[in-house]
Order: sequence, then C-alpha cells, then structure tokens
Amino acid sequence: MARTIIPFGPQHPVLPEPIHLKLVVEDEIVKEALPQLGYVHRGLEKLTEIRDFNQMIQIVERVCGICSKIHAMCFCQGVEEMMGIEVPERAKFLRVIWSELHRIHSHLLWLGLYADAFGFESVFMQFWRIREKIMDINEATAGNRVIVSVNVVGGTRADLSPEQCNWILQELDWVEKETKRLQAVMLDDYTVKKRTVGVGVLTREQAYALGAAGPTLRGSGVAQDMRQFKYAAFDKIDFAPVTAPDGDCYSRGKVRFLETLQSVDLVRQAISRMPQGEIATKFKGNPEGELVTRVEQPRGELLYYLKGNGTKFLERVRIRTPTFANIPPLLAMLPGCELADVPVIALSIDPCISCTER
Amino acid sequence: MKTLDTITVTPETVVGEVAKLVTSGWRMITMSCVDLSPEQFEVLYHFDKELAETHLRLTFPKGMAIPSVTPTLFMAVLVENEIKDHFGVCFDGLPLDFDGKLYLEEEVKATPFCKYSTGTKQ
Repeated sequence: MARTIIPFGPQHPVLPEPIHLKLVVEDEIVKEALPQLGYVHRGLEKLTEIRDFNQMIQIVERVCGICSKIHAMCFCQGVEEMMGIEVPERAKFLRVIWSELHRIHSHLLWLGLYADAFGFESVFMQFWRIREKIMDINEATAGNRVIVSVNVVGGTRADLSPEQCNWILQELDWVEKETKRLQAVMLDDYTVKKRTVGVGVLTREQAYALGAAGPTLRGSGVAQDMRQFKYAAFDKIDFAPVTAPDGDCYSRGKVRFLETLQSVDLVRQAISRMPQGEIATKFKGNPEGELVTRVEQPRGELLYYLKGNGTKFLERVRIRTPTFANIPPLLAMLPGCELADVPVIALSIDPCISCTER
Repeated sequence: MKTLDTITVTPETVVGEVAKLVTSGWRMITMSCVDLSPEQFEVLYHFDKELAETHLRLTFPKGMAIPSVTPTLFMAVLVENEIKDHFGVCFDGLPLDFDGKLYLEEEVKATPFCKYSTGTKQ
C-alpha cells in the first residue's frame, strides 16, 4: 500500500486553533503524524526584558484568551513567593472563584466544539448557550468577558460584593441544571459513544511517560491535578481529581464534563467559605531569586519558571503550557486511527495553540 | 532570596541522570533555558513525582552542543526544538530535528531569546 502525506490544518473546519499535522496515511489509516507549529508564535516571554514584573501581568494574561486569569495567578504566585509577600485570605478565595469560572467556560466551550467535531451541532449550540452565563458573570464582576484582569502582585484588584456572590450562585444553579440536562447526551448517547469510545487510546503508562497534562492525563486514569498542591485557597476547599480509566476520547470528554460540574461546586464552596478582609497586600522591592510555580489550567498543568535579579525586570520568564505538553501524547494517539477520527482525536486534547506558541 | 534546589549535571552526565530519574518513576515536566552571560547558557530539566519536584541544572559554554535527552524521553522532543529555535542551542542526537524551524521561518537566522548576545543558528 502506497503512503500518502495529508496536511491537516492549520485551517480546518473543525479546528478552532491553527495546529498543523502532517499525516502519513496508508489507505484510510494514519501511520504517523508530525506536528508543525509557528502560525501564531509571538515570543511573549522575551517581553520580560522591556516590561517590568507588574506590567508582565498584562502580558501573561494575553498568552491565552481562554484562561487569561489563571496565567496571571500563576505568575503573581511566583513573584509573591519570591518576594515573601503574604496574600490576604480573601484574595486567595477570589482567585479560586475566578479560576473555576474560567474552567467552567473553557470546558463548556470545548464540549461544544467537540460535539461539533463529531457532527452534533445542536449539542454544540446548547453548550455555548450555557457558557454565555459564565461570560456574563466575568463581564459583570471583572469588566471583561475574556481577559479577566483581576490579579495583581499581592492579591486581587477587584472584590465581590454579597449581592454579586448571591447572583453568581443563582446563575451557577442554572448552569448546573442545564449542563446536567446534557449529561445523558454526552455520556450515554449511542452516536457519541460510537465516535469516541476506543478512539485515540492513550494508555496510563504512555500518558505518564509522554508528559500528558490535565484531562488528557486524568482521562488515562492518572489522578494528578495541580489543585492537589493546595495553592490559593484550595487548602480550605474539598477537592479530589476527576479521572476516567480508559484513555480514549470518551474518557477525556467525560473528565471535562464532570469537571465542569465539579467547578460549579468549587465556586460554591469558595463563596461560602470566603472570609471578609483585605484583597491585596502592599509591598516594596523587586523580585530576586528563582523558582518554579505550577497551577491547574482547564487544559492541564501550567508551569512558570521565574528568575529575578533584584531589578524590576525579571531575568527570565519561562512558560510551559499544557497543550505544549499534550502534543507528544497526541502524536502517540493518532497512529492506527482512521482518517475520519483525526479531528475528534486532535480536539480531545483541547488544543490551545495560542498558549502553545506564546 | 528564593533559590531553586537543583542537582548539577554536566554534558557528560545529563543523559544518565535523566535516565536514572525516569527509571525511578519521575516524570519530566519540561526544560527551561536561560541566557546566563555572554559566555554561558543554562538548561534546567524539571521533573515531578507524586507532586514532589526535582530539577537538574546544566551550565555550558555557548557554541557547545549538548546531548539530547529525547532518545531517553520522547516528550523532550518539542522542548529541545523550542530551545534550539529560541536560543540556538544544538542538541546532539536529537531524533526529530526541526533545525530551528519549529516556530520560526527559514529566513530567521538570529536566535530571538538570547539576551546577552545574538546567537546564530548552526
């Protein structure tokens, strides 16, 4: 059988992001896949040479449009640890609330795109309809639907009033109810299962060895989630990672679906346990030293390596995003699959090329 | 001052140390390259195991090719290519080498992330 190379992406009807794969196929079966990146490469890490550490918050928020707030939180946590700044308890809870709202809208966005990828357009529209509520909450509480710029070094720059908290809880009740209505479709529907069960299998051993992150890792049965590190206020919130054992597209979808509902619960816990008090600590000085800080993005583990030299400009900001980690696992999932399953498998890692190429 | 606890390795020992960690169940998270001075680069190898972290630190002169750890650990393939794109560091034995074109176009000859001196792709 002759081998053919088929380009998949960067522009493709099912791809929300410009990932490009060269697929080596024999007949309809994929034998090998090679990635090609660089379509949206920006080199944002380099900007640390001309933007001080406070200005870098706005830069890292633009690494990703979907989890802007979580990038800023990770960066601020690192600078705070380097400078020995104690963040007020209330600010830690606020960070959890906005982080989990980000996770909910990111997962709802992905669930919609995923449904669209296997041809279930009505489900796509339902998930995006639900997501709008979260975008409204972001806009009402942080002033923007996408770039939720609430973090500052030392805490947050925005607070939530009791009325806003009550309103968020009401909206989340609706989000939870509407999401649960789609549970039977996403997890039990015959057509969905035919397109996802046993497709793009990544074993537990492969996921671990290839450095998979987030739902891609947990969908292969590895219970690893950076929220277990108890950063921000997660030490005062009940949390256990969601896992699924089979390592296929269905498992990764199931993890994200259940994490959406889990995040609703986490926001409720955070609101109910949030203490009164200050939202930011004043500080003086510049960061010095080096450290690694990690948090959990919707797509998985986010790592920042920061190095400060005692000036206002950091020596180095290195960002490792989860999609970058999930590309080698994707290359392991594709060989042996049918060409028609490639869009579903590629989407199953929830690729964010904006993050990947920074 | 906050410091990172690291294990210092040399170009001769880095592959062996990585292999030892992998055999002990450590998982590589990523690698970070730092332009230390006009003469030196530093590459950090970040690992975790059950939420604990360990880091290897490799300091080497500019212009020197260092051994690739990708044959030991395939997940390093994109990270090493990224470092080659951004800093011009060459990795000996890198099995899937994008030759400095993972992110950047062929006509880009400089290494954009170098701070103290602009490297040239080899």
